[in-house]
Amino acid sequence: MAQKKSNNANSSSNKTLSKVLHYIGQYKFLLVLSVILAAVTVILTLYVPILFGDAIDDIVAKGQVDFDLIAFYMKRIAVLVILTAVLQWLMNTVNNRITYHIVRDIRAKAFRRIQILPLSYLDGHSTGDIVSRVIADVDQFTDGLLMGFTQLFTGVVTIVATLVFMLSKSVPITVLVVLLTPISFLVARFIATRTFHMFRMQSETRGKQTALTEEMIGNQKVVKAFGYEERAKERFAAINRDLETYSLKAVFYSSLTNPATRCVNSLIYAAVALVGAFFVIGGTLTVGGLSVLLSYANQYTKPFNDISSVITELQNALACASRVFELIEQEPQTPDAPEVLPSVQGDVELKNVFFSYDKNKRLIEDFSIHAKPGMRIAIVGPTGCGKTTLINLLMRFYDADSGSIHVDGTNIYDVTRHSLRANYGMVLQETWLKNATVRENITIGKPDATEEELITAAKEAHSYEFIRRLPDGFDTVLTDDSVSQGQKQLLCITRVMLCLPPMLILDEATSSIDTRTELQIQEAFQKMMKGRTSFIVAHRLSTIRTADVIIVMNEGHIIEQGNHETLLNKGGFYAKLYNSQFAR
Amino acid sequence: MKKLTVYLKDYRKESVLAPLFKMLEALFDLFVPLVVAAIIDRGIAGGERSYILQMCGLLVLLAAIGLTCSITAQFFAAKASVGFAAKLRQALFDHIGTFSFGTLDTLGTNTLITRMTSDINQVQNGLNLALRLLLRSPFIVFGAMIMAFTIDFTCALVFVVAIPLLCVVVFGIMLVSIPMFRKVQAGLDKVLGITRENLTGVRVIRAFNKEESEIGEFDQRNETLTSLQKFVGRFSALMNPVTYVIINVATIVLIQQGALKVQMGSLTQGEVVALYNYMAQILVELVKLANLIISITKALACASRVEKVLEVEPGMVYPESGTVQGRTAVKAANGAEQGMSAPEPENSVRQTGNGAGVTFRDVTFTYEGAGAPSLSEISFTAKSGQTIGIIGGTGSGKTSLVNLIPRFYDVQEGTVMVDGRDVRSYAKGELLGLIGVVPQRAALFEGTIRDNMRWGKEDATDEEIWQALSVAQAKEVVEGKNGQLDFHLEQGGRNLSGGQKQRLTIARALVKKPRILILDDSASALDFATDAALRKAIREMEGSATVFIVSQRTSSIRYADRILVLDDGKLAGQGTHEELLETCEVYQEIYYSQYPDKR
Repeated sequence: MAQKKSNNANSSSNKTLSKVLHYIGQYKFLLVLSVILAAVTVILTLYVPILFGDAIDDIVAKGQVDFDLIAFYMKRIAVLVILTAVLQWLMNTVNNRITYHIVRDIRAKAFRRIQILPLSYLDGHSTGDIVSRVIADVDQFTDGLLMGFTQLFTGVVTIVATLVFMLSKSVPITVLVVLLTPISFLVARFIATRTFHMFRMQSETRGKQTALTEEMIGNQKVVKAFGYEERAKERFAAINRDLETYSLKAVFYSSLTNPATRCVNSLIYAAVALVGAFFVIGGTLTVGGLSVLLSYANQYTKPFNDISSVITELQNALACASRVFELIEQEPQTPDAPEVLPSVQGDVELKNVFFSYDKNKRLIEDFSIHAKPGMRIAIVGPTGCGKTTLINLLMRFYDADSGSIHVDGTNIYDVTRHSLRANYGMVLQETWLKNATVRENITIGKPDATEEELITAAKEAHSYEFIRRLPDGFDTVLTDDSVSQGQKQLLCITRVMLCLPPMLILDEATSSIDTRTELQIQEAFQKMMKGRTSFIVAHRLSTIRTADVIIVMNEGHIIEQGNHETLLNKGGFYAKLYNSQFAR
Repeated sequence: MKKLTVYLKDYRKESVLAPLFKMLEALFDLFVPLVVAAIIDRGIAGGERSYILQMCGLLVLLAAIGLTCSITAQFFAAKASVGFAAKLRQALFDHIGTFSFGTLDTLGTNTLITRMTSDINQVQNGLNLALRLLLRSPFIVFGAMIMAFTIDFTCALVFVVAIPLLCVVVFGIMLVSIPMFRKVQAGLDKVLGITRENLTGVRVIRAFNKEESEIGEFDQRNETLTSLQKFVGRFSALMNPVTYVIINVATIVLIQQGALKVQMGSLTQGEVVALYNYMAQILVELVKLANLIISITKALACASRVEKVLEVEPGMVYPESGTVQGRTAVKAANGAEQGMSAPEPENSVRQTGNGAGVTFRDVTFTYEGAGAPSLSEISFTAKSGQTIGIIGGTGSGKTSLVNLIPRFYDVQEGTVMVDGRDVRSYAKGELLGLIGVVPQRAALFEGTIRDNMRWGKEDATDEEIWQALSVAQAKEVVEGKNGQLDFHLEQGGRNLSGGQKQRLTIARALVKKPRILILDDSASALDFATDAALRKAIREMEGSATVFIVSQRTSSIRYADRILVLDDGKLAGQGTHEELLETCEVYQEIYYSQYPDKR
């Protein structure tokens, strides 16, 4: 059982590794360059001590010092040392380049994936979790990768170069060393496969903690309003304790690799000393040869220590990488049909649409409407009746389970999402603005808008006055708290006002605007809606009174349909809803 | 770093033992060449095979002792660094919990979250490395120098020159690169910002077909970050080559010095070899030290950012326990009571019934850094159990006004009194215990509905919760969910609609049975019927709390005992619906915009 588990962890970490290698593969040229630089640097660094040794050989005893030869060696060393230093710097630079570029590529890929992931995935995962994958995990992954690059190459080259030098001294002892070193590898591998699981646990707990941190610190004002600080602390403390436990295990067990392999190396050293000493006594080796072999055996095994610590670091990096890849490889939304929906008249027809978020809970059932071009469709009903869901379906944020939606007679599932959405202007209940200038936020739908168009739109949406009063006018950078909720909504309206697509979706668009301002923009809205098919989800009856069709929804079904007068006269659900505003 | 080192206090033993065992291990490493020398000098020279075996056995023993020391060191280092990070994380979290609204506004929650997560992780890694390796390398470097002095004084002087030079290079590069790493972090924050933005605004981005341009912007930020990283990388990559050059130049000088001395007969060849070996040893350790310092530099940059947050003052001072100094303030501020039906003697504000009275006297309030006040010279009195409606245009200061009652912000001028006492005289938590706030943005939390409802009252029974839910008109919402009170809400209550969230946030505030209830435009997503039923239920609630309703709709506040009309931060009028309809122009305008047929 335990065996199987570790095999699983092993194969999944191998899979991740092969994906990482795929990314590295794109930098073949740099990689080759790095390997060459590493090789040259290491060989030079190994060669310099030999020159020093030769120089020392010329310092035999009193009166037996060859100063000319020493000067010759010293000049040579000086040149080589400077050359080595330059090459070493170049190698590090190349390695940095490879690493940071790979990280950049992975982030870019993850970000691109976010753009095409189905909303059901994004709605179902906390922002903090996804952000921590794209940022923190990729970062940890960089650190591991960078260390891997700089140390792995030099390590490998050192091993190869030292082996060559050793072979020239004694073949049997070299063979002995080569045969024994795999023990060091085995030990490292044994520890690494066992710690992978702990790193994953650590990663997961850390993810949970990040989510809680986001929630509590992101909503610190609510936390304070309820005096929840103490309990937030306790909850945080509980996860923090778990994290401490898992981290301690992960950090400690993974740090065992280094001492363990070093111990194996010391044993190899002892073995070389033993066999070598017997060889010397047997006359097949000189004392000088033995001391060279011993120092080489030391040099040969040192990179293994580095490599094994690199492996632990890489284990950690791989655990993070696997979380990143999980995001990158997430199934994207269904691919777009190739057809492009041209600019439409705005004839929207929903036929027998069925939809639910959760297969066990039916939501929208057998839903049909036909909105002719220029019609105003108001959707009313108690909260949670499925109004927002309707928008998700119209905009294709979600796809219907069955039934069809046609725009101008074209099935929306047969055209690209972009061409469909370009025909809609949307103002949502939850205002969202970029952390950018007012101008950038408004021109989001029409980046090439002229200054005049911008000002006209702002005036029509009644945002011009307050924009002008902002410190830098249209060039004020918006932050979370720089404008009020209502002003945010005005900006969102201005945004749509500027591009004016043939169909509009207004989801409680005016709920945060006071009625005086609303009255003012009502006029602009009327202008905006003229000749445009509009779907308005609002609780404000003044907004919907002028609608051509009012759809009264309850629990995912249409229960009433008609205009204001007919519905009022009918005395049904709508009439009850309408009259309640006068209730005491 | 003082603020941070206190969290290491509990790990004093570990922080001392970890480097100690590491040095012990280094010491055992130093014995190895001596043993080998013995093998060569005695074992081989004398052909004593048993002695060689014995000595190799000693080598194995040394390896075993080394392993034990090392594992011990790793354990203590891991324990200290992980424990320290956990404590620090908790302390930072707790500290952020003490921040006032104003402080939170200035710091920004995004920054705080980064400090809590990736920064502290980096600090943990840095500390772990430092504990294990930071002392070991200098130990060997200075050990080698001392050994050199025992061999030859003049040759040892080369060490005396080379070592400080190396220190200058190492620490110089470190000093220059710290601010650079800070820049890299800022670049990373920008990449983080856009990632988060794209997740929260995914609908808008897709609606406007902005995926491509967002990718463009992301790429640009990503590219900026990458080139910053590469630049810093190029600079810090100087460390190894430069130290390598210095140490080898020193060795060249050493060899030449040694050659002279040997020629004169004051040094032997073997001693030159020993000196050379010590210099080589220093190089090995310095390479390690340099790499270590890069990691520690990063960690220190993170640590100083964390420390900066820890140094931020909570921003609001509370008295030890509630005092009655508020009353004197009432007297001092007496006089400016325009538009009130009758001046209240301050004692009578405290009345029978459960609700607490609220009085504003000449309150002027400006947000930190703002140019103009958001509220100016506001005075009014809400008697116990009254319902106060607050209406006004967007940005007229409605939210700012109600935020002053629970003392989310401190006023610059005037006084806010609750129950006849200045809000500043309440002990921490005491005031908030009286008040239930329903904020504009409905924020719910990951967990069951029950967990969320217990925010205001930790030990609320299911019965109390259901009672609150039914007042908040949220009973059906919960009844419709799988598992009812056990229904699991996702982060931010994402699996609920806007209206459902609002009603649950109202219920959450009601569970604590507040004496003052503040509804900050919290029924905006509710239909009129639900809104009306909600108000009726609140009015009929036992205990009759004082209720503040901020709303855009006249229908929501029309039957309030007193309506405050705000216009651009000033009180444009106060009174009942009928009074205001006669006297207040702003109110008339608002009302008729909503009921055009009543004009």
